[in-house]
Amino acid sequence: MKIHIKNGHLIDPKNKIDAKHDVFIVAGKIAGIGNMPDGFVANQTIDATGLIVAPGLVDLSVRLREPGSDYQATLNSELLAAVAGGVTSLACPPDTNPVLDEPGLVEMLKHRAKLLNLAHVYPLGALTRQLEGKLLTEMYALTQAGCVGFSQADTTITDTQVLWRAFEYAATFGYTLFLRAEDYYLAKNGVAHDGEIASRLGLKGIPAAAEALSIASILRIAQETKTRIHLCRLSTAEGVDLVRQAKKQGVQVTADVSAQHCHLTDMDIGYFNTHANLKPPLRSNRDKAALCQGLKDGIIDAICSDHTPVNDDAKLLPFAEAEAGATGLELLLPLALKWAMDNKTTLFDAIAKITSQPASILGISGGDLSLHADADVCIFNPQTEWKVNAIQLKSKGKNTPFLGLDMTGKVEYTFLHGQIIYAQV
Amino acid sequence: MFNPQLNTEGNLKHLLTIEGLPKRILNQILDTAETFVGVAERDIKKVPLLRGKTVCNIFFENSTRTRTTFEIAAKRLSADVINLNVGTSSQSKGETILDTVDNLIAMHADMFVVRHAQSGAAHFIAQHVPDGISVINAGDGRHAHPTQGLLDVFTVRKYKPDLHNLRVALVGDVLHSRVARSEIHALTSLGVPEVRVIAPKTLLPVDVEKLGVHVFHDMKAGLKDVDVIMMLRLQNERMSGALLPSAQEYFKTFGLTQKTLNYAKPDAIVLHPGPMNRGVEIDSSVADGSQSVILPQVTYGIAVRMAVMALLGSGYPSSLQAAGGQPSQTGQPSVGGGNGVNSNTGGSA
Amino acid sequence: MTLPNPETLLADISAQIKMQIESLGAANCALVGIHSGGVWLMDSLLKSLKSEIGLAIESGTLDAAMYRDDYNQRGLKAEPKPANISFDITDKHIILIDDIFYTGRTTRAAMNELFDYGRPASITLAVLINRGGAELPIAPNICGANVALTANQSLQLSIDTKNKLHLTLEAANV
Repeated sequence: MKIHIKNGHLIDPKNKIDAKHDVFIVAGKIAGIGNMPDGFVANQTIDATGLIVAPGLVDLSVRLREPGSDYQATLNSELLAAVAGGVTSLACPPDTNPVLDEPGLVEMLKHRAKLLNLAHVYPLGALTRQLEGKLLTEMYALTQAGCVGFSQADTTITDTQVLWRAFEYAATFGYTLFLRAEDYYLAKNGVAHDGEIASRLGLKGIPAAAEALSIASILRIAQETKTRIHLCRLSTAEGVDLVRQAKKQGVQVTADVSAQHCHLTDMDIGYFNTHANLKPPLRSNRDKAALCQGLKDGIIDAICSDHTPVNDDAKLLPFAEAEAGATGLELLLPLALKWAMDNKTTLFDAIAKITSQPASILGISGGDLSLHADADVCIFNPQTEWKVNAIQLKSKGKNTPFLGLDMTGKVEYTFLHGQIIYAQV
Repeated sequence: MFNPQLNTEGNLKHLLTIEGLPKRILNQILDTAETFVGVAERDIKKVPLLRGKTVCNIFFENSTRTRTTFEIAAKRLSADVINLNVGTSSQSKGETILDTVDNLIAMHADMFVVRHAQSGAAHFIAQHVPDGISVINAGDGRHAHPTQGLLDVFTVRKYKPDLHNLRVALVGDVLHSRVARSEIHALTSLGVPEVRVIAPKTLLPVDVEKLGVHVFHDMKAGLKDVDVIMMLRLQNERMSGALLPSAQEYFKTFGLTQKTLNYAKPDAIVLHPGPMNRGVEIDSSVADGSQSVILPQVTYGIAVRMAVMALLGSGYPSSLQAAGGQPSQTGQPSVGGGNGVNSNTGGSA
Repeated sequence: MTLPNPETLLADISAQIKMQIESLGAANCALVGIHSGGVWLMDSLLKSLKSEIGLAIESGTLDAAMYRDDYNQRGLKAEPKPANISFDITDKHIILIDDIFYTGRTTRAAMNELFDYGRPASITLAVLINRGGAELPIAPNICGANVALTANQSLQLSIDTKNKLHLTLEAANV
């Protein structure tokens, strides 16, 4: 199969390409950029005039809800959502039911995803058994089974001795730890940023300091044990500052932010809108500004969707009882584009935050269109305006604070291994 | 911004919180309550306004006291009252809030009085009831208890009619108190120039000053020159632990005694939403003393709740915009009787 | 249309009410004014009773808002007035005073409210003007003038700072 994508504007951050180039695909691989390979006769030609041709997007956090919560979503529904959003590689956190703490479960997940042949699924294994923060998992065996890193998902290891040892053990093998920094006790039962809004609404707050305290100890232990750390879902200005300092001091640390947190604040809770119940909580305007600036400065390396499909029943509850999270796979691209627009930076920058940068954090191939690489491609129209509506979302989760809002930028084609797996109708 | 408590004409549709309610609505409720105060003193303590209507008290959190006052208010308006203590029944069987509410809607309830342990529960229910059904928040988590806030300002207004010239202090657990939040919004919305909160730092919410209050941490400074003292209840489970060392120490530092009361103006009045913890937040001699208006609060509470129900209960917005009847004896001729307010077609006499 | 002078009408009904009171005995009578016009008329009447014949008589006010039959259509009044009936009405001859008689519905509401205070010996209705259009079997006993009006006309009584009464005729905003 030979495909010719012609007249598109190619953005490939890893190879620093931001220009009009045709792309040639042969047998699922990139066979030529700009120059037609010798003897190339296209079986299929895609006219990408006015469109952006980019690497398939890489998402650092996608809850597929399998195993265990298939009433909320299924592997099939969410991988369809992924490719509709242009995402061809995704990492999934271990907070499934059962928890991804055994190699068999990881192999099964990888196997099922492979059969569906929609997007590459890269599980993050549990760092401790049952995510309980007590006993280490078999990290080596889990890696053999397909894990690309280890995580506690939304839980924390409160015992600093265990935390230290987990770091040391992971560092032995050079594994990356994906941690969301939040002091357990300060955050306990909290559902909103501890500020004026939470005080007015009478919601239990999580102070911004809960993130800072936890980041400080994680970075200190990482420095001591020489562990590679990825900080997930930064939410505070102070958190960004701590990462900035750590990077300056040469600590091996990267960080991401959710697309929601680039655009929303605790004000968006409004009258107890449970779609704005997220983990970490939406924070103040000052925090949001610092996150956006941190992304621009490269302190924060990537934007992820933090995709969390939640069924209606779990959101149709009083705010604090509702399940946290937002569906996001199909909004990652337009929200990243909007970040670039709002913060006066380039499309190139936005694409880097959702392709090459997260791929490099995960240590996977993908996120670029180098010669001979797998032809995972996302072709989108950066101008298309559309309204987020529950029926049109492919994800089984219809839960997003952006429901009813206008987005700019829509995926037209998604390729996996040189095959069109999604085309906008 | 869209306000879920008001209809498109800007009239009250639900009573969920005092925050964001226009002053004219607050005054309308208080003025209407004045007309209901006398009802309790007559031979027949009932008016026929809500005859044939069904008021449903849904209490997801138990409170016999509050439920009773709403029940009396509804009955004095001739409504039928259904009491549902959901905390002890269907919720424990896995029925969701919406299941419970849907069932009551199917039974043709006209008004819901809702109490729930979670902030925002009343808003949530209000979003899901069909048009024509009103929701009254009888306390949701730490968020709001609007009828309590209203009855407190009603009581204050009775004793100190010039709200624009008052200094009011709230004392105690503001952090966990929906009553405090509603009182603060009611007082500031009605133009009380100085509202203070007096509490240890562990019992104050973050950024509480942004609600428009001055913060004090000791009774002497906080009560100086104060006209009204609103005491807050301290829940048993919070009396000793990481928030406070002990009830005794709390009483010594933030309890209202005859001695600390003397820091306020000599004619200051003392309110408490009840039930009181005597010897913890308030001394018995103060609670039962001449400056206490705690029992009148209870009486007025019924009138205020009747007013709220009467304003919501027609299932039709009370027309504020048609307010033609200015107070009499003003410069220009004022309109009365005949075809005045609300009697355009119904006529007079 | 020339409207009658309300001050003349008031003098006229005052004379009739005085006769009624004298025949029944002041101690057995009480005046009840309906807000707002009826109360203005009653206040003026009370003053003249006292100055002219030194007669003090029990009196009260009500607005019957809680008894109106249009509550489900129109809700409560915007500016309610508290009822004030501080005497025992049982076995009293009540003279109910309103400004303009129209459908009779306000009178019905006022009578219902009165009965929640006790059982009066009788109720007499006194009005300044009967504009016609009764919808209930109710009619004033004492009436200053009959002025036939149509449904799209609105007759209103007002009072100025010098306690002088005025009548105005407007198009009804139905």
